[in-house]
Amino acid sequence: MTAAAHHRRRPDARPRPRLALIVLLLGALYCLTPVAWVVIASSKSPRELFTTFSFAPGSGLFDNLANLGAYGGGQFWQWGLNSLLYAGLGAVLSTLVSAMAGYALAKFRFRGRQVLFSVILAGVLVPGIVLAVPQYLLLAAVGLAGTHWSVLLPVIINPFGIFLCRVFAAAAVPQSTLEAARLDGAGEVRIFGSIVLPMMTQGLVTVFLLQFVGIWNNFLLPFIMLSDQDKYPITLGLYTFLGKGAGDADLYPLVIMGSAVSVIPLIVLVLVLQRFWRADLLAGGLKA
Amino acid sequence: MPATSAPSSGRRTRVRAVATPWLFATPAIVLFTLFLIIPIGYAIYLSFRGFRIEGGGAFGRRVQTFVGLDNYLSALTDPGYVAGLGRVLLYGVIAIPSVLGLALLFALLLDTPRVRARGFARTAIFLPYAVPGVIASLLWGFLYLPSTSPITYLAERLGAGPLDFFGFPALYFSLANIALWSGVGFNMIIIFTSLRAIPASIYEAARIDGASELQIAWRIKIPLVAPALVLTGLFSVIGTLQLYSEPATLRPMSNTISATWVPLMKIYQEAFMNDNLGGAAAASVVLALGILVISLLLLRFFQRRTFGDNA
Repeated sequence: MTAAAHHRRRPDARPRPRLALIVLLLGALYCLTPVAWVVIASSKSPRELFTTFSFAPGSGLFDNLANLGAYGGGQFWQWGLNSLLYAGLGAVLSTLVSAMAGYALAKFRFRGRQVLFSVILAGVLVPGIVLAVPQYLLLAAVGLAGTHWSVLLPVIINPFGIFLCRVFAAAAVPQSTLEAARLDGAGEVRIFGSIVLPMMTQGLVTVFLLQFVGIWNNFLLPFIMLSDQDKYPITLGLYTFLGKGAGDADLYPLVIMGSAVSVIPLIVLVLVLQRFWRADLLAGGLKA
Repeated sequence: MPATSAPSSGRRTRVRAVATPWLFATPAIVLFTLFLIIPIGYAIYLSFRGFRIEGGGAFGRRVQTFVGLDNYLSALTDPGYVAGLGRVLLYGVIAIPSVLGLALLFALLLDTPRVRARGFARTAIFLPYAVPGVIASLLWGFLYLPSTSPITYLAERLGAGPLDFFGFPALYFSLANIALWSGVGFNMIIIFTSLRAIPASIYEAARIDGASELQIAWRIKIPLVAPALVLTGLFSVIGTLQLYSEPATLRPMSNTISATWVPLMKIYQEAFMNDNLGGAAAASVVLALGILVISLLLLRFFQRRTFGDNA
């Protein structure tokens, strides 16, 4: 850390900026409060929810958890598994497809390269909405609407991921390494699998994380594609849950418990993977 | 190409060299065609199609035919759709500057030397990124809902009346607040990372000349991170105008959000409840074109300002 070393050399006598600290802590408080609220509220029995002060813990934590698990014959956990399947498998496949295309665009000179790249880049600007309804109609025409595939297939293509992979392959994979491997007689697939992919790991983790969170948070696509509740991801499940709870205050604790349970693993994932996260890839994106 | 290779193997190498990048790009090209190009083409095709009653009286048949610009005309003259566009624009005018402004402020504060608790603040502010929009709306919905809201609880203890988060114009701020909470951390990280990429030596001269951190932030840092601001701004515009899950989630909690409150809700209703695919397609093409035009204008405007003379 050059900055720290620099400070040691020339100690700074000026006071620490207090206002900056206060503003940052207020920001942190603002961001953490709703999460804290939902975790505390999930411990309340239905009666306590509407009568006690919001940030006072209640006595219904395990009842709520049991009720949530029992709802609709364990439907909530099924939704969680579905979300994991859609986001996990979708993000892995999407990252692989993006890596292959990004590598091709970054490391090969071929006719049509610029056109291909421009078309894919334009895809970044296409809002999901123009796609959702026609995607449904087309998938319905081939009998795939309402299946797991209808939620999985459309998210594998990620133009922004391809764009990022191209930037990253250009920076992380030296041409000379590829030439050397080719002279040694390695096949292109092997070069990609055992040389290029490992070199791009950091960038791929970023693309994976972005896509994982994107799919996990996606609402419109499963909302339009799926009608069978057993195939719902967690976001859609909780949404229909709340719709039912509108007239029934007894369902509120379940919705709150469900929100708390579904937020916690994602927060853990982000905290753990934060260190692999290469935001400079995003920041540098526009300059490229 | 090595000069020593025999002619036959040379040609094979050349074929391989031409085919390889296309083979690597094939899955992306196929999926891009299937799930982007064809749906866009199909949406445009549908937007010019509609049902007409042929024959007449009780024996009329509904037949799908080419209807020209009828769907576009009826979308643009539909007061519900136009009102929805207006709401989304008003919401965007509140939400986008708040998200980007606060993200920039936090990023600059994180980049200020000698500030304590930076790691904690950074992680805490980034955390809501992991919370899906539907769940963020649920969380804030309960914080807005009079019977569960701690804010209302406190306000009542302090002698103020119950607060209405779902009225006009409060609803717009309530929705923008959800966008702010969800989006500020992600944008902050992007801006902060591009701040970290600026070599510290650039600031040295300014500090020696006695410039304050505020002046350095305003005159050096902000202009240098302008490309990151353009990128985050672009994504914010695209995301904001497609507002759907937040109002849809809050709807059961309040009676101020109609079933067609934003254009997307209207499009969904036309497509799946009114069986008016042509109308829905035209409405989504209009929305997409609007998003595209605003994005390109922003990009053009800021590129000229960001990159100055060489643009």
